Parts: sequence; C-alpha cells; structure tokens
Amino acid sequence: MTVRFDVNGRRAEVAVEPRTSLADCLRHHLGLTGTHLACEHGVCGACTVLVDGEAVRSCLMLAVQAEGRSVVTVEGLSNDAALSPLQAAFRRHHALQCGFCTPGMITTAHALLTEEPDADADRIREVLSGNLCRCTGYVGIVEAVLEARAAYRGHKADAAS
Amino acid sequence: MKPAPFDYAAPNSIEEAVALLARHDGAARPIAGGQSLMSVLAFRLAAPALLVDLGRIPGLDAITIGADGVTLGARVRWRDIEKDGRLSGAHPLLAAAIAHVAHYQIRNRGTVGGSLAHADPAAEMPGIAVVCGAEITIVGARGERTVAAGEFFTGALATVLDTDELIVAVRLPPWPAGRRWGFEEFARRRGDFALAGIAAFYDTDAAGRARDVRIGVIGATNRPCRLPAAEAALEGRIVDDTAIAAAAAATRASVDPPDDLHAPAAYRRALAATLLERALARARR
Ligand SMILES: Cc1cc2nc3c(=O)[nH]c(=O)nc-3n(C[C@H](O)[C@H](O)[C@H](O)COP(=O)(O)OP(=O)(O)OC[C@H]3O[C@@H](n4cnc5c(N)ncnc54)[C@H](O)[C@@H]3O)c2cc1C
Ligand code: FES
Ligand code: FES
Repeated sequence: MTVRFDVNGRRAEVAVEPRTSLADCLRHHLGLTGTHLACEHGVCGACTVLVDGEAVRSCLMLAVQAEGRSVVTVEGLSNDAALSPLQAAFRRHHALQCGFCTPGMITTAHALLTEEPDADADRIREVLSGNLCRCTGYVGIVEAVLEARAAYRGHKADAAS
Repeated sequence: MKPAPFDYAAPNSIEEAVALLARHDGAARPIAGGQSLMSVLAFRLAAPALLVDLGRIPGLDAITIGADGVTLGARVRWRDIEKDGRLSGAHPLLAAAIAHVAHYQIRNRGTVGGSLAHADPAAEMPGIAVVCGAEITIVGARGERTVAAGEFFTGALATVLDTDELIVAVRLPPWPAGRRWGFEEFARRRGDFALAGIAAFYDTDAAGRARDVRIGVIGATNRPCRLPAAEAALEGRIVDDTAIAAAAAATRASVDPPDDLHAPAAYRRALAATLLERALARARR
C-alpha cells in the first residue's frame, strides 16, 4: 500500500506492507534511524515519536495509520546550528550514557513540555515512567527536563511546530 | 516481533466496517488504538487476514454527559477522559480510575472500546463498567444490541462479542452528587497493569448508613466482577472500622486469584483486601 504523511515537515510517500509498523517505516523506508526500537511491544518507550503533536509509540502504530498525519521524529527536534534546549539540558545533567533511550526521552519530554510547560518533578516522573533507561537512572533526566521547561514557557505555540 | 501479513481497510462508516467483518467470517479483526492488538499481532497470538481500522469512522469519539449518565463513544481515548474537565464532577470514579491506565504515549491512542473488547482482567475500564452497571452498545451484521457490562465479560480476554460485532459506546448510569467512593490499585510501576484494584462506592441515608453499596475488583479474578459478600457486609451499616474489617474479610474470602509470574495467589488476595480497606477509608472521609 502507498501511504502519504509529513515527516519532520517534509512530505513522504512510501510503499509499505500493511503490517509494517510506523517505527520500521521510519527506520527502514525513510532512513530515520534516530527512532530506536527495543521491546517492539509497547513497554519501553524508546520508539516514541510525535503524531499530530502527540507522543505515541511508533512500534504500536501501523505505518498505514499515519496516512495524512504529521509525524515528527527526534531528528525533527534538532537543528544543525545549535543544541535545542532539551539537548543542552540533557548534556549538562548527564541525562544519557549509552543514549539508546534518549530519542524516546527527548520526544516524550518535548510533547509534555509543549503542552504542560509548568509540569513539576512529580508529573515529569509520572510521564517518563513509561520510558525505560537502563544506564543513567532517572535523576539526571528529570533534572534536565525540569531545566528545559524555561524554554517552553511563553511560546507554547511555536514550540509545537 | 513482526506480525504475520494481513490486509488493511479503513472504512468510513460502521455499516461498512461491520460488512467487512461479516464477509471475512472471523478472519478479520477491528483495530482501534492498536495499543493491545499490535503486541498480540507482533507475538503472533493472532494472525487475522484483514484489519479493519475504526479510525476514520465519524461519531465514535464523543463524551456525552446527560440525565441518563455518562456515555463514552468506543473511540474515546484515555487522554480524552483525562482532559475532559466535566468528568471529575459528572463521574469522579471514572476519572480517578482512568488516571491509572497505562503510560503517557499509550494514553494518546488507547480507547474505551478497545479496552472493553480486549477484556484484560486487570484493566480499569472494564472494571468500572461492571461495578457501575454500565450498558455496552454493540452493532453487528444482525443489528444493534445492548449488553449489561456484568454479562459482557465471560473470562480472561473473552467477551460475548461476535466476530462481526463492534462496540459503539458504553453508558455509565448517572452519578448522584454526594455519593461516597474510593478507587485504589497497586501496580509495580505507575501505568502498568494493576496486580489488583478495587472500586467501592455507596450512597448514604439520613442516618448516615451505606445504601446501594457497590464493590468491584480487577486483577484478582479472571474477569472484572462485583463482590456481593463484601457489599452485603456494608449494606445498611455505618461505614466504620468494624464494617470495613468485615468487608475486607469478605473480600479475602471471595477472590480466588491464580498464581502467576507476577504474584502468588495469596499475595493478590491479601492485596485486594488491603486495597478495599484503603478505598473505603477514602470513601468515608
Ligand atoms: C505497556 C502497556 C501498558 C498498559 N497498561 C494498561 C493499564 O494499566 N490498564 C489498561 O486498562 N490498559 C493498559 N494497556 C492497554 C491499553 O489501555 C489499550 O489501549 C487498550 O486495552 C486497548 O485499546 P486500543 O484502542 O488500543 O485497542 P486495540 O489494541 O486496537 O484493540 C484491542 C482489541 O479490541 C478489539 N477492538 C478494538 N476496538 C473495538 C470495537 N470498537 N469493537 C469491537 N472490538 C474492538 C480489537 O479487535 C482487539 O481485539 C497497556 C498497554 C501497554 C502497551
Ligand atoms: S520499542 Fe516501542 S515501546 Fe519499546
Ligand atoms: S542512556 Fe542507556 S538506556 Fe538510557
């Protein structure tokens, strides 16, 4: 089947089998390997992407279900010029070690802070409880997300784009 | 972890969806949020020939609050319930229970209809439907029918749904102001399926005695159910420490959980009784 959707602001048109997950479509068909796959059944959060601005697990969604939607991956949340506020905060707080979970952490935190820029530590912990990190523990990650909040306040609308 | 091949259709109406299901005579499966079905497919526990996506059917995503209670369309997501400010007044038990369902990303896609049809014994929505005496509206090739939630679940992951039938809505009866209630569950990690959960509510008469007591359990039985013995231990009584202890003893005696990977039977039985005590402590505050 042919599926058409926007990825990181660009139009994509891909021929996929209906059984192809959105995650596999992004990685194998579109070469966007920033989206990581670990459990492939919805428990680890590594594969989180944004669909129409909402965080979803791309291993639990079919590529064909993305028809007409707008998908943003971790690649779409960075730019070459400088680190994004979340990236900078993750670096400062040592919020990654091997980095495998990081794309899922960044996409999830971005969705959360875009919608709830005043999320407190409890809320951040609650939301990130669905994302497994085997290396760092969560202290640095939570501190990084808390710090990045400042950049999301006041311009809710453009952070979403 | 890759599903077996299948075809995919995204019909624009319930009639079309039902016709597709009927034509495939058991070989087609509906997909809503996919938050349970995708792993069932990935583990190849099911290998349908066709997936019928309900995502494009209009009119299934409304939350309606009226004199006849709260009606949730089949495609209402956990996120929609969380964000609907009216529900903390119109049905506080529903709002509190659904706050425990799954993780952030899953809540953006998981639906009420999918949860009812999947019928996980530890899932919150089926438990709330049963304890509240909800009605589930179903449409199939032979027309529409309404099934009481108490008769809908037939076992773990099993319901009365036919292969050509779709859930379109579930209606929870009205929630009177002043009703006393508590919801408590325990999961190892926030958002995971509960090892056990208890929903308890009652109204009070002029003398402060509990009336129309309802106690429901999830996770400690093979399907969500009410606990009539625990309800009877409270009915017509003042909910004090003695009454709560009697209801907890009745809970311990009524649930008969299996031993499994996650917890031994004795643990779940004790947990259900403890959660009941906590739910009632919350209710009488
Ligand atoms: C890591 C993880 C943790 C979770 N934790 C919880 C939890 O704590 N509590 C909880 O309740 N759930 C939990 N879930 C499950 C989640 O809530 C699911 O979203 C929900 O159970 C199914 O909804 P869905 O829309 O995704 O259904 P789908 O996965 O699309 O479908 C599930 C089943 O229902 C059928 N179906 C779907 N819609 C209909 C319909 N309208 N009519 C007839 N049949 C239909 C499908 O054919 C399939 O058999 C968890 C899931 C994951 C991956
Ligand atoms: S790979 Fe999708 S949740 Fe683990
Ligand atoms: S940094 Fe290695 S899994 Fe999180």
